Amino acid sequence: MEGYLGSYAVLGLVLAAGVLLFVAAFGANRLLRPGRPAEPAGKRISYESGIDPVGGDWAQAQIRYYVYAYLYVLFAVEAVFLFPWAVIFDRPGFGGLSIAEMGIFVAVLALGILYAWRKKILSWT
Amino acid sequence: MTSFVTAATAVDPTLETFENDIWWIVLIKLVGVFALLLLLTLFTINYERKVVARMAVRPGPNQVGPKGWLQSLTDGLKLPFKEEIIPKTADKVVYFIAPVISATTAFTAFSVMPFGGVVNMFGHQTALQLTDVPVSVLVLLACSSMSVYGVVLAGWASGSTYPLLGGLRSSAQMISYEVAMGLSIVAVFMTAGTMSTSQIVAAQASGDPVQLFGFEVTAPGWYAVQLLPSFIIYMIAAVGETNRAPFDLPEAESELVGGFHTEYSSFKFALFFLAEYINMITVSAFCTTLFLGGWRAPAPITTFWEGANSGYWPLLWFFGKVLILLFGFIWLRATLPRMRYDQFMRFGWKVLIPVSLVWILFLAFFKVARSGAISDTTRWVTTGVVAVLVLAIAWGWPSPKKPKQLSIEEELHQRPPGSFPVPPMDLQVPPSPRVRRAVAERDPVSKEV
Repeated sequence: MEGYLGSYAVLGLVLAAGVLLFVAAFGANRLLRPGRPAEPAGKRISYESGIDPVGGDWAQAQIRYYVYAYLYVLFAVEAVFLFPWAVIFDRPGFGGLSIAEMGIFVAVLALGILYAWRKKILSWT
Repeated sequence: MTSFVTAATAVDPTLETFENDIWWIVLIKLVGVFALLLLLTLFTINYERKVVARMAVRPGPNQVGPKGWLQSLTDGLKLPFKEEIIPKTADKVVYFIAPVISATTAFTAFSVMPFGGVVNMFGHQTALQLTDVPVSVLVLLACSSMSVYGVVLAGWASGSTYPLLGGLRSSAQMISYEVAMGLSIVAVFMTAGTMSTSQIVAAQASGDPVQLFGFEVTAPGWYAVQLLPSFIIYMIAAVGETNRAPFDLPEAESELVGGFHTEYSSFKFALFFLAEYINMITVSAFCTTLFLGGWRAPAPITTFWEGANSGYWPLLWFFGKVLILLFGFIWLRATLPRMRYDQFMRFGWKVLIPVSLVWILFLAFFKVARSGAISDTTRWVTTGVVAVLVLAIAWGWPSPKKPKQLSIEEELHQRPPGSFPVPPMDLQVPPSPRVRRAVAERDPVSKEV
């Protein structure tokens, strides 16, 4: 593939090929699987170890899960700045100052996880 | 002449190599990667079952094909013939999309994996790698982030309790360990100075010469040795990221039936299964690329055999390393019990991530100090200040409060009203008269019992 963006075009090609392959395979699956299976009562209720399902999926989720998502956002933002920095930090002209700056940046983010730690949301009750 | 040079030594691809690929070479490599991944998955499933069986001292699959090696193929072929049961409460569109996301992202991740150097493929010079971009490692990380969508959407779309819980658990686990994984890779960027996978492999080709006791020694080029803490953190995070034992909490059978794919059947279930195994292969191949020298032969081989890294030979070294890492995964599964979820998350957030952050900053300081970019006084002053700070924190760290040890009377007193009556601790139970009689009849010597 030609040009600088050609290498990225291949990635798009892989993605497209993947989707195409699996959709084609779904088509094959449609042809191969039983056409008119029996429909006994209760066949399409959700599985709950053989007993009648209690309630649905609209339950109150534990707050702890979304706290992890927040923390993830914190570190995802950190990675956005940390990755490019890691590639070039030891090139001539950056020196010790770039490390001091990144140290301060990481320390500020570390305060975030320290806060979560102190608030005891990382340990379950 | 060019082909002669390629035959003798390894030729590292540059980013231009991939820009000059002709379209049908790209197509051949694309089909090759897909075929390779499907075959590797079939092999790995059997490999896992055989190794686990061996470790549990039982035969394992041995019926289908030579020595049972076609077992996973027949299992895979069986699945599309199965009836598909979609629960009434399911969200049909999302239910359909979720496995496609899982499997597609798993395949895409492999497109930037370097299997070898530049080879001669039907008269054209091309690298044994589908494509490479300046940020290929980010492509890999993006794919593993996207696969979280497959899991959480599958759990949500099933409209059932167990899959929902499994999906939530899994997404929390995967994003947590992804952070640790990303931070462990930063050290590799810092040492290699690039994010392209082929260039990272090239950077590990040879180590720096080091003066050791007056001798000039070549330090090992593998980042697994140079950056050992990163390597260990990466390995732990990889097991957490792929939901494998001992971190297989999303599909803990005894708690959640099958986790997020409980309600999936037929071919859609097969896709999740495929994605799980491809992810395992991907993190192993990624680890080989980042830390174990990629497709280059291990150290002593190139000393005896100059051409070990030329032509198609790198495939052998690459897949050899991948299979050893996969064995590690299987070994863990056969050996360790499943971890508790809160302990597992605590380990990720309170140990792996802080250790990674400190290690990155230490490494950055070490590298810049060694390169001579800062003066000696600055170096010693900074080292001193950091050492004093670390000692101060270690000294002033609050020790955990120990819970007060209660006496038995106090514990009994604290029990809520209506609890079961508890016998006193010094209760002496008199021996049963029947036992005394039986013992006396059996053993005429010990009459005094």
